[in-house]
Amino acid sequence: MKKIEKKNLSVLFEALAAKAALYIPADNAAGQSQFTRYEAGMTLSEKLNTARSPKDLFFPQIENLVDFQVFGKEIQVRERKAPEEDFILFGVRGCDCKSFEILDKVFLSEPADGYYAARRSHGIVMTLACGAPEETCFCGVFGIDPAAPGGDVSCYFAEDALFLQPLTSKGEALLEGIALEEAGDEAVEAEKTSIRRIADRLPLNQLSTEAFGGDKTKTLFDRPEWETLAKSCIGCGTCTFVCPTCQCYDVKEFKAGDTVQRFRCWDSCMYSDFTMMSAGQPRPTQKERFRQRFMHKLVYYPANNEGLFSCVGCGRCVAKCPIHMNIAKVMKTLGGAQNEK
Amino acid sequence: MQARLIQRAKELLESGEVERVLGWTAGEFFYDLTPAVFTTVEVLEKDFRYNVFAGANLSKYLIAESRKPGKIAAFLKPCDSYSFLQLVKEHRINRENVYVVGVGCEGKCDMEKIRAAGIKGVLDVKQNGDTLVLDTLYGEKTMAVADALAERCAVCKSKKFAIYDELIGEDGEDSDDSRFAEVRRLEAMTPEERFAFWRGELSRCIRCNACRNVCPACSCEKCVFDNPASGVENKAAASSFEENMFHIIRAFHVAGRCTDCGECSRVCPQHIPLHLLNRKLISDMNELYGAYQAGADMESRPPMVDFRQNDPEPSIVHERGNR
Repeated sequence: MKKIEKKNLSVLFEALAAKAALYIPADNAAGQSQFTRYEAGMTLSEKLNTARSPKDLFFPQIENLVDFQVFGKEIQVRERKAPEEDFILFGVRGCDCKSFEILDKVFLSEPADGYYAARRSHGIVMTLACGAPEETCFCGVFGIDPAAPGGDVSCYFAEDALFLQPLTSKGEALLEGIALEEAGDEAVEAEKTSIRRIADRLPLNQLSTEAFGGDKTKTLFDRPEWETLAKSCIGCGTCTFVCPTCQCYDVKEFKAGDTVQRFRCWDSCMYSDFTMMSAGQPRPTQKERFRQRFMHKLVYYPANNEGLFSCVGCGRCVAKCPIHMNIAKVMKTLGGAQNEK
Repeated sequence: MQARLIQRAKELLESGEVERVLGWTAGEFFYDLTPAVFTTVEVLEKDFRYNVFAGANLSKYLIAESRKPGKIAAFLKPCDSYSFLQLVKEHRINRENVYVVGVGCEGKCDMEKIRAAGIKGVLDVKQNGDTLVLDTLYGEKTMAVADALAERCAVCKSKKFAIYDELIGEDGEDSDDSRFAEVRRLEAMTPEERFAFWRGELSRCIRCNACRNVCPACSCEKCVFDNPASGVENKAAASSFEENMFHIIRAFHVAGRCTDCGECSRVCPQHIPLHLLNRKLISDMNELYGAYQAGADMESRPPMVDFRQNDPEPSIVHERGNR
């Protein structure tokens, strides 16, 4: 265990930024936290979570894949190479760190996605334990411990200092040569106890997953409650775009004069043209689209990934949905007796 | 207020005057009410909620609801009533199928304002006069209701209803023009400053379409941006400027029909002050074509679909200089 005084945090950031591009949660012009490329003088956000999740750093909303440019009778094809620079993500919460594992199972399964794989291998993740969880948090439901956030280095704020625990060889190498004090475990252990005590009091952390899982398609698909749950959904993509585990994308082309740019961009199962086929739209109303999102998180993904749910309980959708419908309400409604109030 | 609304909704359902009631259903917390349609007194009594966080504009739901058989009662705030009447005027809502219960309003609170004030882990809230008493995971906190008001409520354009069939609470008055103060601030900028301001704000857009989908003026059956056959369909654009244009085009498209209900900014997960684009156009239309409030009545001609011989020429925008 290493430590650095909280007042010297910028010294740590400068040292990290000297090693590779550093991204930290910082408040933007709208006062919301956002992973931002570190520059001298930047301060760490006090917010628990970033408004957008850190998946952006591995799976950006827009990724240019290839350009085609016409020169007379010739077409030049320019492939965009996967990034090759190392980068450091500081301040990733336990829930978001778990989301990388969920995305990995999609993007790193054969055939692996080269762009995502490159970013994952070049990214170093420094997590930060949640000193003050929000009422919207429910990571515990999915077996995540906010006091043991994982990553290459786990960090804790305690006793006016930042404690750093390297967990991987990548993490060990990152901290080498940075002026840090050696420290004991006591302060961090006390902080872990405090975090877990708060986590036990989180109202949504009591949800049960018993009624969900890979074998529940038949029991859940035709439940009449989907109709009521989806009734007021306005069909926007907010939940899917702030979600750290939503991974659907579309490949599109942007035409500008003699150049065509092929890019991929996030897609949302909430949109009316999602999975549109020549034969039509298999999910004709918002009910089917809404159901798809939650069945994917709670049934289809676990069916394909040894029972792992693809929600990490970060609470972004709980805080951001324009009409306040979310996975917690879905689980309460469809989750059987264990989830009744 | 909640008890009065439930009581009235019960009477309307039981007497058979309406078949359905549009209101709000309870969430996990006090602030996460969800718009809902009630058809039975049992569910109504158990789940209907109304409080200072019932901010969503219910009018747009009535496009679909008013086309179903049978009458529906809807609880509308003063600002919702403008959106409602505007949609009736555009023949989008079937007026005969809606019974409008106006609910007097003193402004609605915005949970994002409370979070922005640094108050974390809010489990419950009680309103004690002008103060919100917040029970949080980290002890009891207080905040003035005025400080927690949504921006649109802090500069409310009118507490006077555009329409109602019956009223619960008080009908109010039109307010002053304080809602244009922020527009004036932007107008006072140099074009370069203003361009930088909007580029910065719009750069945060994640193209979730929440602003468009919640907007009562955006009521096309199929948006051009969702239609693969339109040639401009986009989920996100490869060019950030193209992305910014989405919002500017949308503001022009709803000009003269936008009532300034503020839903676009309420729902934006990235806190982009989208309402300022609409307010600027409202302000310009007021100046060029005379004072006009969309949704205020059924008779007036909207400035963008009306022509008068003394209308200012388009070049006036150039003549006025940089504003």
